[in-house]
Amino acid sequence: MDERRREIWIRPLLTWAALCVLLAATCALAYVPMGRANLAVSLAIAAAKAGLVGVVFMRLFENNPLNRLAAAAGPIWIFVMFLLLFSDYATR
Amino acid sequence: MSDVAHPAAPDHPATPGSAVPPDYLHDGHTLRSWLFTTDHKRIAILFALSITLFFFIGAIAISVVRLELVTPAGDLVSDDTYNKMFTLHGIVMVWFFLIPSIPATFGNFLLPLMIGAKDLAFPRINVLSWYLYVAGALLTVVTIIAGGVDTGWTFYVPYSTMFSNTAVLTAAMGVFVNGFSSVLTGVNFIATTHVLRAPGMTWFRLPLFVWAMYATSLVMVLATPVLAMTLLLIVVERWFDLPVFDASRGGDPLLFQHLFWFYSHPAVYIMVLPAMGVASELIACFARRRLFGYSFMVYALVAIAVIGFFVWGHHMFVSGQSPYANVVFSFLSFMVAVPSAIKVFNWTATLYRGSIGFDAPMLYAFGFLGLFTIGGLTGLFLATVPIDIHVTDTYFVVAHFHYIMVGGTVSAFFGALHFWWPKITGRLYPETLARIAAVLMFFGFNLTFFPQFVMGYLGMPRRYHVYPPEFQIYHVLSTSGAALLGVAYVMPLFYLIWSFRWGARAGANPWRAKGLEWQAPSPPPRDNFLTPPVVGEPYDYHPPEGPTAAEEQVA
Ligand SMILES: [Cu+2]
Repeated sequence: MDERRREIWIRPLLTWAALCVLLAATCALAYVPMGRANLAVSLAIAAAKAGLVGVVFMRLFENNPLNRLAAAAGPIWIFVMFLLLFSDYATR
Repeated sequence: MSDVAHPAAPDHPATPGSAVPPDYLHDGHTLRSWLFTTDHKRIAILFALSITLFFFIGAIAISVVRLELVTPAGDLVSDDTYNKMFTLHGIVMVWFFLIPSIPATFGNFLLPLMIGAKDLAFPRINVLSWYLYVAGALLTVVTIIAGGVDTGWTFYVPYSTMFSNTAVLTAAMGVFVNGFSSVLTGVNFIATTHVLRAPGMTWFRLPLFVWAMYATSLVMVLATPVLAMTLLLIVVERWFDLPVFDASRGGDPLLFQHLFWFYSHPAVYIMVLPAMGVASELIACFARRRLFGYSFMVYALVAIAVIGFFVWGHHMFVSGQSPYANVVFSFLSFMVAVPSAIKVFNWTATLYRGSIGFDAPMLYAFGFLGLFTIGGLTGLFLATVPIDIHVTDTYFVVAHFHYIMVGGTVSAFFGALHFWWPKITGRLYPETLARIAAVLMFFGFNLTFFPQFVMGYLGMPRRYHVYPPEFQIYHVLSTSGAALLGVAYVMPLFYLIWSFRWGARAGANPWRAKGLEWQAPSPPPRDNFLTPPVVGEPYDYHPPEGPTAAEEQVA
């Protein structure tokens, strides 16, 4: 019963709290002048949020290889998008 | 449509003591039983009715455009109205007809049947997908009532964000909401193909239509979120004045084009991959041949779906994109032609030594094959940077993509409609009328769009309602072709409705076709199969090494 409660309540609630903290950090840091580092920090926080969702809610560490491949498709496609975008932006 | 007119299906007579389940059309008669259904077959019908309605809305819009273009002067509608009409045509035809056309109707209906399943993996998500489509469609109707939108279906910035004073927000939100419908359908199809295949239905026994649905779903799931995000950025810029695309305040208008085409080029494959799946089923069946190079057909589908993501920059050769990027995207665009060509050659090779039946579905499949090939080859012209610079924003481009989307996808859609009509309704359609409509559609199509290649090459720009008189002859030809095309689209509407009531009853398998869907009764009951389907090799139309049907006839 304890194991079940941990699975259904504690793990998701802790993760949700962590996500809320990260969201608050995004909002707060937007008002801290860091120059170009602002963008990097915001993206890093976003990546951390996505990582939490992937590990906790999508259980990617415990999942079978096919599902992990499916989940990896998202980042891979974003990578392709950035790669080809910069084939334009980096060579103008 | 009372019960009396539909006794139990003759191929499954009710035997005393065993209750034959009613077919899906008669499993509940209330409006509620349709609107709250979770049956993939009923949801397919809901989608079919709604996309048919929007097909005619899009067709009315383009009729105004084609009539305006009969004369060089702008005498039928004002320039503003003209802009709104071609925009409405584009938005409605792309997102409310072509994208859901084959997947949400035939895919929905056939995917579970073809893999021997009772339904899709997530039946409630399936009906949610239809409701999201309806919500997006209603926003589009609101757009029309609010006076329309004039940005073109591409919503290019800065016009859409800074200058257009038409209903851009509702139009963009309509497409945004409809995108979620696509994603849900895609997720559902992927999950269904993974987990609900009948025992013995291995991946390399799947019909190519199922593979095509799978590849299409991958594109839907991976590309559509980018469109949603891009449209949301337009809304944010218009509504909250956040300068994402405004160059004067640090934004970048070209970023919009990059993001938009990152979705919209793969969207072409959302439209045409399902058509390729349909063509594979029809050609194998009516040539009575095993599909030539089955595994290469599968690899080609997946390759098109993946490489299709790498070519979007060919829409931006004159946008101010860097010349280096132009070369990269040009090269990658040539790459995607290779798997497409493999498919065309394999369909042609399937016909070789076949015993070809010229029934209406096969006529549509032939139309698809020829018109898709012309559309694809002119795509290579456009992938070549110097030629593209010459014909950018001319009718050459308009002709090219209509050969793919209308000549290819719509031909295949009508082929599928006739081929699976007996399965969907349990009735046969009138063959002669159907053949006339198929031939008329082919002629009407070419008369409409071939002159557009010529006038585009000669310099007639797209999206203008006034033009120099030397182009009039081409526009008159094009408009008369559109009238023929209109007749060819309306004909099936009449004879199919007629056959639904009065057509001869179809048995389970009127085409002697080999897919699992033909082992279910016509129309199938709620759970599709009365007995578990027997899974064999795909396209088993003749023994692997034995004589083909044509050779047997000679012997
Ligand atoms: Cu393209």
